[in-house]
Amino acid sequence: MRAPVLSALWPLLLLGMGLAFPFAALALGQEFYLSVAARIGVYAIAATSLNLVLGYGGLVSFGHAAFFGLGAYTVAVLSVSGVGSGWVAFPAAVAVAALAALLIGAISLRTRGVYFIMITLAFAQMLFYLANSIKAWGGDEGLNLAARSAFGLGIDLGNDLHFYLLVLGVLTALLVALQRLDQSRFGQAIRAIRLDEIRAESIGFPVARYQLLLFVIGGALGGLAGALMVNQQRYVNPNLLYWTQSGTLMVMVILGGVGSRWGGLLGAAALLLLEETLSLYTIHWQFWVGWLLLAVVLFAPRGLAGLASWRRAAARARQ
Amino acid sequence: MADTPLLEVEALVKRFGALAATDGASLSVAPGEIHALIGPNGAGKTSLLAQIAGTLLPDAGAIRFKGEEISRLPAHRRVRLGLARSFQITRLFRGLSALQNVSLAVQASCGSSLSFWRPVASETALVAQAREVLAQVGLEAREASLSEDLSHGEQRALEVALALATGPQLLLLDEPLAGMGAQESAAMVALIERLRGRVTVLLVEHDMQAVFQLADRISVLVGGRVIACGAPAEIRADPAVISAYLGDEAVT
Repeated sequence: MRAPVLSALWPLLLLGMGLAFPFAALALGQEFYLSVAARIGVYAIAATSLNLVLGYGGLVSFGHAAFFGLGAYTVAVLSVSGVGSGWVAFPAAVAVAALAALLIGAISLRTRGVYFIMITLAFAQMLFYLANSIKAWGGDEGLNLAARSAFGLGIDLGNDLHFYLLVLGVLTALLVALQRLDQSRFGQAIRAIRLDEIRAESIGFPVARYQLLLFVIGGALGGLAGALMVNQQRYVNPNLLYWTQSGTLMVMVILGGVGSRWGGLLGAAALLLLEETLSLYTIHWQFWVGWLLLAVVLFAPRGLAGLASWRRAAARARQ
Repeated sequence: MADTPLLEVEALVKRFGALAATDGASLSVAPGEIHALIGPNGAGKTSLLAQIAGTLLPDAGAIRFKGEEISRLPAHRRVRLGLARSFQITRLFRGLSALQNVSLAVQASCGSSLSFWRPVASETALVAQAREVLAQVGLEAREASLSEDLSHGEQRALEVALALATGPQLLLLDEPLAGMGAQESAAMVALIERLRGRVTVLLVEHDMQAVFQLADRISVLVGGRVIACGAPAEIRADPAVISAYLGDEAVT
């Protein structure tokens, strides 16, 4: 069992460490790492939103890039249409992704297992080809932002430190919300549904409705991550919607820990840092990541987040 | 029966291809009674129960609960109306304690679960109610045990507790004695006996001794159709029942 003090104080710890990081990076003259950390944060938000659906809900969605990409495209399309306010663009990105999740979920959730995987993948691929073919959205070349989303209040998303702090704030809030959700009525209902849908329905939980709601929440948060993403790169292209993007997010979740609060963050950090370092030595870095993923799946099925309790679990298994 | 029935099944039909699992079955359960549904293997008992509970949709016929037609309602809505079931093959939430299992069922049946921030554990009334249900089935000392660590008999009791925790008026019990030893069976029979008068029970069971001991009335299902319904003494003497089902093993 986790020490109760730690479980109450971890958001402060994360914030403290996150706030200390820029000073360390600046002091060492390594400002570059600020944008690496921000990228990790953005992917952590995206992977966590997928983990909500995949890990907490037990719904193996292989089309999460759809929501990530739609969030990014919403901000970009608004930006080139002259809507530059972040107070409009971010809620719009979340709303568009949520609406898409509602439609995709309403259809996909009628299926289970491998069919669910395939139909979510199919929807994301449809959006990928749609983005490729709409000339107003830049077609296969993508779109450049006219300008990064403007929030006023002296916030400039073009400033690496500002952007980093925004991502840190959003990520911390998300992780706190996730901890609360897990213990809340909805979180318990979702757990019951993941463990046994038929049993959950037979004690009175409206299983289909709650699964759809979870899918929409996950999609909306994916859209939020996409809105952040496009503000970092100042650019979107259809690859954000491609199935390999869904795969990357899924790898992050599996690497970090399926159904674990920290899974998204740990997985995103591990994968992106491996990419940073391994790609210095070889262009075939994915080959080595493949071995790591294999090792995690075989030897630490609960991912990096599960390693802490791994020995305890091993001891239990021996009994 | 003078009372209007709590549950009325009328000419229910369910086909799987050429096979009619339910073939015009009719049944009525009066409020307060323990009503047993018996029949040989393959008679369609579990299919009939699944249609009443809502996990299987009938092809034709009607199911009325408290006078309301429910045969098209999703299962969770029927639970909210007061119709709960236990499963023939134990279905518990693995990895959760006995108390957590029952708490989920209490939560599902009281208020909305669209609450995303407040911890359930702080809802003292909910936890207290779950403890009360555990005590009803005699598991109060086992509340912290994981459901999969309970003995078979305890798991079956928890199975019934999950249904009871939803506050049902009608409890559908699907072979609650399945796989039990003599001692565990006696405990389960005593548990069902304690429910008499507080909740109406529709009991599917193969253990004839338990059925004749518990039931106020018995319906006999053969080939997807109810061929007889009456008090235990009438059923035992019914020639059609004897030839179709009870045969030599008729309980004396």
